[in-house]
This record gives sequence, structure tokens and C-alpha cells, in this order.
Amino acid sequence: MAKMVQGETGDWEIVIGMEIHAQISIESKLFSGASTKFGAAPNTQVSLVDAAMPGMLPVLNEKCVEQAVRTGLGLNSQINTYSVFARKNYFYPDLPQGYQISQFEDPIVGKGEIEIDLPDGNVKNIGITRLHLEQDAGKSVHDQHPKKTYVDLNRSGCALMEIVSEPDISGPEEATAYLSKIRMILRYLETCDGNMDEGSMRADVNISVRKPGDALGTRAEIKNVNSLKAVQQCIEFEARRQVDLIEDGEKVAQETRLWDPVKLETRSMRSKEDAHDYRYFPDPDLLPLTFKQSWVDEIKQTLPELPDQKKHRFMNDFALSRYDASVLIAERSRADYYEDVAQERDTKLAANWVINELLGILRKNDKTLEESPISAEQLGALIALISDDTISGKIAKDVFAEMFSSGKSAATIVDEKGLKQVTDTGAIETIIDEVLAENPDNVAAYKGGKDKLFGFFVGQVMKKSQGKANPAAVNKLLKGKLG
Amino acid sequence: MSLDKESVKKVASLARIRMSDEELERMMPQLSKIIGFVEQLAEVNTDNVEPLANVVDITPELRKDVVNDGGYADKILENAPEETQGYFVVPKVVE
Amino acid sequence: MSKLTDLTIASALTGLDNKDFTAVELAQAHIDAMAEHSALNAFITETPDIALKQAESSDKRRASGDAGALDGIPLAIKDLFCTNGVQTTAASRILEGFIPQYESTVTQKLFDDGAVMLGKTNLDEFAMGSSNTTSYYGNVINPWKREGDDTDLTPGGSSGGSAAAVAAQICMGATGTDTGGSIRQPASFCGITGMKPTYGRCSRWGTIAFASSLDQAGTFARSVEDNALLLRSMSGHDPKDSTSANKSVPDFAAALTGDIKGKVIGIPKEYRVDGMPEEISALWQRGIEWLESAGATTIEVSLPHTHYALATYYVIAPAEASSNLARYDGVRFGHRAKEDDLTDMYEITRAEGFGEEVKRRIMIGTYALSSGYYDAYYIKAQKVRRLISQDFLSAFEKCDALLTPTAPSSAFAIGENEDDPIKMYLNDVFTVPASLAGLPGISIPAGVDAQGLPLGLQVIGRPWDEETVFKVAGVVENLAQFAYVPQTVKRLPHD
Ligand SMILES: [Mg+2]
Ligand SMILES: [Zn+2]
Repeated sequence: MAKMVQGETGDWEIVIGMEIHAQISIESKLFSGASTKFGAAPNTQVSLVDAAMPGMLPVLNEKCVEQAVRTGLGLNSQINTYSVFARKNYFYPDLPQGYQISQFEDPIVGKGEIEIDLPDGNVKNIGITRLHLEQDAGKSVHDQHPKKTYVDLNRSGCALMEIVSEPDISGPEEATAYLSKIRMILRYLETCDGNMDEGSMRADVNISVRKPGDALGTRAEIKNVNSLKAVQQCIEFEARRQVDLIEDGEKVAQETRLWDPVKLETRSMRSKEDAHDYRYFPDPDLLPLTFKQSWVDEIKQTLPELPDQKKHRFMNDFALSRYDASVLIAERSRADYYEDVAQERDTKLAANWVINELLGILRKNDKTLEESPISAEQLGALIALISDDTISGKIAKDVFAEMFSSGKSAATIVDEKGLKQVTDTGAIETIIDEVLAENPDNVAAYKGGKDKLFGFFVGQVMKKSQGKANPAAVNKLLKGKLG
Repeated sequence: MSLDKESVKKVASLARIRMSDEELERMMPQLSKIIGFVEQLAEVNTDNVEPLANVVDITPELRKDVVNDGGYADKILENAPEETQGYFVVPKVVE
Repeated sequence: MSKLTDLTIASALTGLDNKDFTAVELAQAHIDAMAEHSALNAFITETPDIALKQAESSDKRRASGDAGALDGIPLAIKDLFCTNGVQTTAASRILEGFIPQYESTVTQKLFDDGAVMLGKTNLDEFAMGSSNTTSYYGNVINPWKREGDDTDLTPGGSSGGSAAAVAAQICMGATGTDTGGSIRQPASFCGITGMKPTYGRCSRWGTIAFASSLDQAGTFARSVEDNALLLRSMSGHDPKDSTSANKSVPDFAAALTGDIKGKVIGIPKEYRVDGMPEEISALWQRGIEWLESAGATTIEVSLPHTHYALATYYVIAPAEASSNLARYDGVRFGHRAKEDDLTDMYEITRAEGFGEEVKRRIMIGTYALSSGYYDAYYIKAQKVRRLISQDFLSAFEKCDALLTPTAPSSAFAIGENEDDPIKMYLNDVFTVPASLAGLPGISIPAGVDAQGLPLGLQVIGRPWDEETVFKVAGVVENLAQFAYVPQTVKRLPHD
């Protein structure tokens, strides 16, 4: 359901297309041998090519091509075995060549489609227009000097994939779901680390508004939208701004605007006034990029199972709810962990433990799954102890907490602390007899028709057994004794 | 086709070359003449002809993804008109 | 023994091997000549200290039997090739004082073979010009004079400094670059031989770009054989240039057998342009007869799109240049105007840094690529470029090489043709088509006009077939017996 903006003249529909810039996970740059590692001292990861020294020439990194093809396949998109690098010409201090090498008319990846999961549990298909390879710019530092900008070219020339969507996205929730899904797919493919804090993924959001059923309105392109939260906030702000403008009888300008994450507003970018005349033309330093379809097919063979496939398999094979499956597949490592836990065990129980207990305790301790002191095998062993009635679910929680802090296995903890569930009917019967003897009044009341007291007796028996009595056995025996 | 002063001014601005009014006036007829000269290309029938971007008939070799360059900030900054703390310095960019 | 500066590279190599003289002596003789001819303004930067040092090492290598193919040969380097630690300007103010921290592949290969660098030669700014008058460092003067007339003449361009230096015997050979004729036309104007190989034969890495799809390094020397020797050293695949071909480099000099029996030489009829000076068509006819007398067959061929080559070139080259020259922005190197506003800094830096012709071409290129004009100009030009290229390939189905004049005139006076850019562009009418098709071409001095000025003939070959080009050129050279020497050289006291 499209999210509407209410205006004075009625409801307005928001139409969004996104351009996501994803930095490719590789060692060296798109056209040079300089390192792409994040956080180095300024200009230390810059080759002569990245600094656009006179006479320098680009040479394409083959791994970037492979990563782009992988990603295109992961986005269910057309792979173009012929593509062309083009120059996008504009002046900016952190763009050393005076042009960005990008792809324009012939991108490496064409049309495709992905599925996004909406908060209400529905799914929606979003069209992918294209994916192309391009160079990143350097970094401008504006806050070190009142009259100067400092330029660091370490990022200059890093390889980006620009993933362009169709204007199929209709509100902030869909936009964040789309961005999350793209991030998830890229992380599965290991073609981008998806680290938005380090700028490995950045989004430009194209926003326009229209009355339902009308033709597309004029769009503004919002740059610098670098977190899920910013995506949501900028769409809310910009849609409102455009509706107010139109309702005040003014026009929305087709322009590039910048998201200000401090003031929470968008503003026009003066520096982009040439934005509509980039004078694209094929880069004469680079010949067209061609490869064989058979190479694409080989790459296809190496693709991992992708999030949506995995989600559907978890729902079908493990009888999980869509919600549980979505949570588990959000990270490839999480899904793998879950599958290890669930192997030959109660798959739903395993899902509960991973989602509610494990992810909960990790979050509380600010740890990632990779840092978990409990291995999948260990958690699986715990679940096995529950399933075969060695311990109760309640005891299991204590054991789990102990496992998390000590790293010991469940079996060791159960052994050391003598937590093994009592299933021996004789021993349980003895406890029941004690409890009934200690509470003659309640026994009388129960027999007089106060059925609710049954729970009281169960509780007392469990307490006396220090939680170790098998609850099913307790129930059955109690029923017999109380008649 | 002859270029008017506004077009020449716009091109100069796209190319980031400052031109005085007098220079624009001087440039105008020269550019018009060159543009007029190249417009004879319109006479050539190029139906079904693919554009030729580069004549060289080779498949270029691509680079392996290895780090074998960079790590010499001093060389990169050697010719910089202004630098500080390893950065190039330019007049403040106003966004 | 003749003067050391009279020698060809081939004979100097023999002399060095025979210990007739040392590389240091050879370098010193040329350093002296460089000083004597400083009025020609052939060099932007002279590097005599480097030359002597390199010559000393060369003598040591030769003594220990490690001499390379060009060991000890003093060369001049067009100031478009970046040279490590030596100012490289492209003859532009915008690169004044620029000291590259790297060596171009072409110069590195020459040095690896033992060549000695005398200095960096003057050129048209960013190689844009045909008269070497657009240099920020002043024009170059052609060592040739009209008979009985002291008027300073242009050496041609853009590689005018290199051509003048070789003609004036300041150096034994020189590097050039050719985008639309920048080696062949100055070679013709200066009475020497200049070779532009197939596009992709020499690496462009470290050579300042003018128009990437056309720029190609090449050679100047006073004989065809010397060009062959230089080109062999400069050529070869470079993984740093994606347009450099991974092809083995033949021993070009070995092709100079003099045997062209059975070769078919095409004479393109479209090159017989209206108003061609009588002396040039007569020389062309002589060239045809020479080749026939040596056993070749000549046939008329047609290159129907020749007429459109210049217009095509003057869209494509400026378009690429407008983008290639965007990096000269005052941020990382070169000239910067002292301005507090970024846009002022950019615009004034570039206004001060670039000369008139460069600005003109950047403007044309920017215009041709700008929205609304791209298809009409740029794409159209690329389509015509394909037709021009196909014309040559069809012609080469019938012949092995083409013979044409190099330029439509002999050297003209400095300042002539400056009033009208189109008139200047017409200088390249015979050289531009082969550039657009990426073909190898050589200019050989074949005669003089009535004023005593040299005229060149051009041989154009199939892609990658420099050997045939050299072979045919060698025959022209033998039969032309061009023995004229520039007046400037003759008038020197030690002659
Ligand atoms: Mg964009
Ligand atoms: Zn982009």
C-alpha cells in the first residue's frame, strides 16, 4: 500500500527511485593497483592514476567485472557481455580527472527485479533498471579550515556499483526495505560489505509526488543519504516540501539536493549546477568491455543461495513463519548458524532459540554472531537436551545463560549442577505425596471442585524438585493421585 | 550554424575558462566558423554505420586484483600548489 | 671522419663500437650544437648534465660489453613525454614547473636501451597546432630558410622542436607524437624523416594526452634506418596502457632490403586536391616513378571519404581534448590562480594557464559533447570515422601501401595562416586520414621546392605493417638522394 502524504488538496502519492552506490569488496581500485582499505592516512592509498597525473591511464581490474556480474546475477538481472565505459565530465576538487569513468549507454548489467519484505508481512517486487561500474571520487573535508577545503584522494578510484531502481518504491518503509534487501543480497554475494558507516553503501533518492493516477511529477535527486534512518527522514521531509510547494502554486525544480542529517532537511546543491550537462562520451582510454556468456554461466554456478530462496526454503522445509524466516535470513552467517543448530533437531524450537534467546543476549552484550561464545553446535546440543526431556525449557534458559558466560557445553553444565530432569516416576511420586501431605486444605478444596488449584500443585512439585521434574510426568501422576 | 554570445558563455562556463566580454566576442566568430566547417559532415550518409570510438583491434588485458601501487603520498603531493598535513588544499567548497 | 653531429644513429653506433669516439664525446658535440642553435628555441628544457652523466654510464656499459641497442645515442624528447625529475610542460603555462615523479614508458624504453637525453623539445601547446607557434615558451624557428630570404619559417607542428633539433643536427634522433600529422608534417617542413607507427604500437602511458584515440608516439631522424632503430626501442606492449597492443615488435631495420619487387602501391585519387602546388604534384609523380623503377606496381585507389577527414578530426580530437585537459584545474599540480572562491580559482587558473588555440579546441570539444549537439557532431564524426577507416581497409585489399604527399605546402613563415584557424587546420589534410584510421605513416624528404625548401612524401601502410612502410620509404630515400642541408647548419663556422 502506497504511503500517502496528506495535503490541503487531498492525498499525494510519493514516487521514489533509488540509486545505490555500493563499494565493491576487492583489494585494489577499479583502474589502479592502489589499496582500497578504509581509514588510511590522507593520500597514502593513491596511485599516479588515481591522482590523474598527466599521461596516466586506467587499466580495468578484472575482479571488479566478476563482482559486478555476480551482483547482477544476484539481482536477477540481464548481464551484458558487451559494455562501454564512458566519461562523465564535471569539475570538483575531489574528482582529479575532471571526469568520472562510469558507464552510460551500455552498462554491464541491465534490467532485473527483486522482492522486498514489507513490515506488514507483504512482499512487493521492485524493478532494477541497471547496474553499472564506476569510479568513486575522493573525500573533501570542509570543517578543518574556515576558508579552505582539504582533499584526500584515498577513495578516488575505488570501484563502485551503481544500482538504479525503477520508480517502483512508494514510501519511506518501502525505501528502507529496498535498501535493506539490496544490502542483504550484496552481503550474501560478498560483493560489498554493506558498511554504511564507512560509506561502503550510499544512496541517492529520487523523489517526486503526484495525485494518484496522475503522470509522474518533477523529481528531485537527494544525495548523501547514508543510513536507513536518513532514507526515511529525507523522504518524509522532501515529499512534504514538494507537496507544500505545489499546493502553494509553485513548481518543483528538477535539481540535485543534499540531505543534511543534522538539520534534517534537504537543500539545493549549488555545486551541481552543471549536473544536467555531463557530456558523457565513451572513454577513449578504455576499449569496450566484452566477455563470454560461458564465463557468466560459470559465475552463476558459484552463486550462494540467495536470501529470498533461503527464506522460501526455511518456510517450506522447516515450517517456519514468514517472519521467523525473514529474521533468520537477514544475514547469511545467521542463516548458516540457524541451519547448523536446526540440523536433525526441532526446527521451530531451534528458530525460537536463535531468534529470541541467542540474538537477544548478543544484542544485550553488544556482540555479533561471529563473536558468540556459544557455537551453533553447542546451541544445537542444548536444544537436543530439551527435546529428549533431559532438561526442561525453563532449566535450559539457566543453562544457556551459563553457557554464554562460561563457554562450557550444555551437557557439562547439566552434569556439574545436577540439573538433569527427573523422569523416574517413583521419585516424582514421592515428591507428589509429600506435597499433598503438606497441603491437606488445598487437597480438600480441589476435590470440592476448585479445579484451578491443579496448577498450584504442579508448581509446588516443580519447586520441590528444583525444576528438574518432567512437567508432563508430574501432570500425569498428579491427575492420578488427585483422582 | 553560428553561435551567439550566450552559448559561447555557457560553453566557457562548462569548460571552466573565464572569458571577458571582449574574449567572448572574439571567440564567437572563430567558433562559429569551425562549427560551420565541421557541419559538412551532415552531407555524409551514415545510415546503418556504427560509430567508431577506437580503431585498435585488440581485446585489452585486465589487471589482477592485487595491491601494487600507491603508498607514496609525498610523490602525489610533490607538485601541489597548496597542501597541508597530507591533504591537497583548495578554496572552500560551498555546497 | 665527418663531424660527430653529421652522423646517423647507425653509423654512430658503429663508431662507438669501434672506439672511434666515446659516448661522452658524442654527447658533448651535441650539447655544443644545442648551445650554438639556441636561437631556434627548439628546447624548452635543456638537460646537458643528465646527458653527460648518461653518456658516462653508457661508456662504462660499452666497455663491459653490456651496451644496449641505442647505447650512447643523444636524443631529444618532445616535452609531452613525462620525464622523472625533469620539468615537463606540454608547452603550456598551466604545467610550468611541473616535475613528474615518473618516467613515460616510451622514454623509459629508450633509456633502457642506453639512449642519452639532451633535453625536452618545444611543441605546440598540448600538441595542438601545425606551426609550433602556440607554445607558451615561444615559437620554434625552422633551421631552413628560403633561398636568399632570411624570414623565419615555422618548423611545422606540433612536434616542431623535435623536428628542428634533428634537422639542425642538435640531436641524432628525437621522439614526437602524432595525433593528426604532428610528426609527419614537421618532418616534411624540416627535411627529415618522421614515422608515426600504428595506433597501439607504442604505449601512451606517461605521455601527456591530447586526443586519446589518435595520439601515437613516433620518431624523427635523418634516415629511414635510424627511425626504424628508434621505433624498435620505443615499441611494445605495456600493461599500463589498455590500448597498447600485445604484439611482438619486429626488427624494423631488417625490413630495409630495398626489394619492393611485386609490391603494389596505391595512389589515392582523392589526394589530388584542387590547388595543389605544381611542385608537390610533380614530386609525387617522381615518387611514383621511383617506386615503379624499383619494381613495384602502382595503381590508383579511391578513399572516397577523404574530403571529410578534417571535419571528422576537428570534432573528435577537440572533444577528447576537452575532457583530457579537465585535469588541469590548479588542484594537484601546475599553475593555480590565487583566488578565494573555488569557481574563480578554476576559471581563472584555466584562463591564465591555457593559450588561445587550446582554449578554442576545449571550447569546440565541450560544445560538440554538450547536450543537444552530441549526436549531430560527436556521434556523426565517429560514424564518418568508421567510413574513413573502411576506405583504407578496402584500398589495402588491392595494394600493400599508399604513396601521397605529406603536406600541401612547404614550410611557411611564422605568423602566416594565423588569422584563420581553418586555414591552419588544412596543413593536416594529407596526414589526418591515416591518423583517424590508426595507420602507420612515414614522411621522407624527397625534394625541394623553388624556394629551396624541403618537401616530403608520405607512405601509409596497413595496420601493424610498419615493415612495409619502412621498406617502401627506404626505396624512396635511396632514389630521392635528398642531400640538402639547412642553411642554418651550413652557415655554422666550424663547417
Ligand atoms: Mg547518480
Ligand atoms: Zn554514480
